[in-house]
Amino acid sequence: MSGELRTQVGQLARRSVLRTLRQPAQIVPALVFPLFLLAVNAGGLKDATSLPGFPTDSYITFVLAITFVQGALFSVMNTGTDLARDIETGFLNRMALTPLRGAALLSGLLAGSFVLGLVQAVAFLAVGLIGGAGIAAGAGGVLMILLLAVAITIAFGSIGLFAALRTGSGEAVQGLFPAFFVFLFLSSMALPLDLITTDWFHTVASINPVTYLLEAFRSLLIEGWEPGPLLLGFGIAAAIFALGMTAAARALKTRLVRT
Amino acid sequence: MSAAAKPAGFLAVARAVAWRSIHLFLHNPAFLIPSLLFPLFFFASFAGGLAAVANVPGFDFPSGYTAFQFVFVLLQSAAFGGVFTGFAMARDFETGFARRYLLAAANRQGIVAGYALAALFRALVTWTLLIAVALVAGMEIDGSGVDLVGLFGLALLVNVAATLWAAGVAMRIRSIQGAPLMQLPIFLILFLAPVYVPLDLLSGWIHAVAVVNPVTALLEAGRGFISGDPTVVGLAFAIALVLPILFALWSRGGLRRAEAAG
Repeated sequence: MSGELRTQVGQLARRSVLRTLRQPAQIVPALVFPLFLLAVNAGGLKDATSLPGFPTDSYITFVLAITFVQGALFSVMNTGTDLARDIETGFLNRMALTPLRGAALLSGLLAGSFVLGLVQAVAFLAVGLIGGAGIAAGAGGVLMILLLAVAITIAFGSIGLFAALRTGSGEAVQGLFPAFFVFLFLSSMALPLDLITTDWFHTVASINPVTYLLEAFRSLLIEGWEPGPLLLGFGIAAAIFALGMTAAARALKTRLVRT
Repeated sequence: MSAAAKPAGFLAVARAVAWRSIHLFLHNPAFLIPSLLFPLFFFASFAGGLAAVANVPGFDFPSGYTAFQFVFVLLQSAAFGGVFTGFAMARDFETGFARRYLLAAANRQGIVAGYALAALFRALVTWTLLIAVALVAGMEIDGSGVDLVGLFGLALLVNVAATLWAAGVAMRIRSIQGAPLMQLPIFLILFLAPVYVPLDLLSGWIHAVAVVNPVTALLEAGRGFISGDPTVVGLAFAIALVLPILFALWSRGGLRRAEAAG
């Protein structure tokens, strides 16, 4: 990365981080909603561990994985809404008049996602451990969970950038939120894939990438160090990021041509 | 003055407000699609993804897990039909349209009644789709026709209560920024009930909360109706009748605030 590009990314990243930290309306729901779902699921589905073949005796350990993915989904909305506001207020147009590179703009905007993802992952892990969850992979597993959570948050953030650039509307970005939750709900969110007995749901969950993101977290929480699920999890995060950034870069070009 | 229009009364106001709200709901995909899809996704996720929970020792609901979850999603969609209508009301206040309602309506309670009718229509549309999907998914209904009337009667009262709650918030805040305040308490109270398993299988803090949560009685009665084994019917209907009365007072207070704000 050239010095000029580094400076541009740095300036925008600083703005993105400060903007995220100064908006409790973005941070609080992104922390509270996943923790609420964790509490409800851990209490309500505790007996599911008695099903034959359930991989752990601790449902909270199993369900803790959901919080990281659910939290990451908030970055679609937060990153997208921030950029959409920049478009709506004309800030992006002013940026377009400067020598700022598109890559710097997109990368800088994801810095807020990075910080939010880290804050969320630390909070979710802390609450999970206080609530009795275990981490089979030990201290190294904690670091890997944080890394994976941040990677997924940034990957989903890139989708938010694309959505904002494509629609140019904060309301439209907000409207996408339920659509992303469908991926979470139609995954192995509440039971392991092997224990999903409804055929069509098993098929959908098997092809849903969110299932494998959850399994990457669960491998560290329940099994220990399992390279397969971890590689798959990071690979899916990388694929989402690559798709999101490519689509966002194209949408940025189109938007700048339009304006 | 012979040409002057007579101020619209309660029924005329309610009809006009309901017509406009229903028209907007049906003609705007951004309003229609989430209302229809949300309950279906919850139903698919819970009834499909958690079907194995029916094998948990002690789970003895006779009509199967699909019917068990159908009742929750039915009541949830009833409540959220009211909440979404509250969003529409808040949007009308934000854009200034509701002020025109206030100016034109001689009986302003008709405005709230109109939104409530629209919420009911919205819920009926959702329920029709939900029932169709549930039946296709193989849901067993062991209750009689009378039991089903009881089940949908409860859902209807929940819809009215949620609408009046959301209306009270919408008329106090008069901005779509009040949306979280409308939906969060309803979301919390719904999910702090026995959503996934019967009350007896819950333990710890969530059992303690579910025991005192009024939604628990509504769910248990609804599940009793669908399985043909009615239970806690009196308590459930007492709760379902008291809630709309309380929230009617809440929404009347909201209407007065909105009138005072001009």
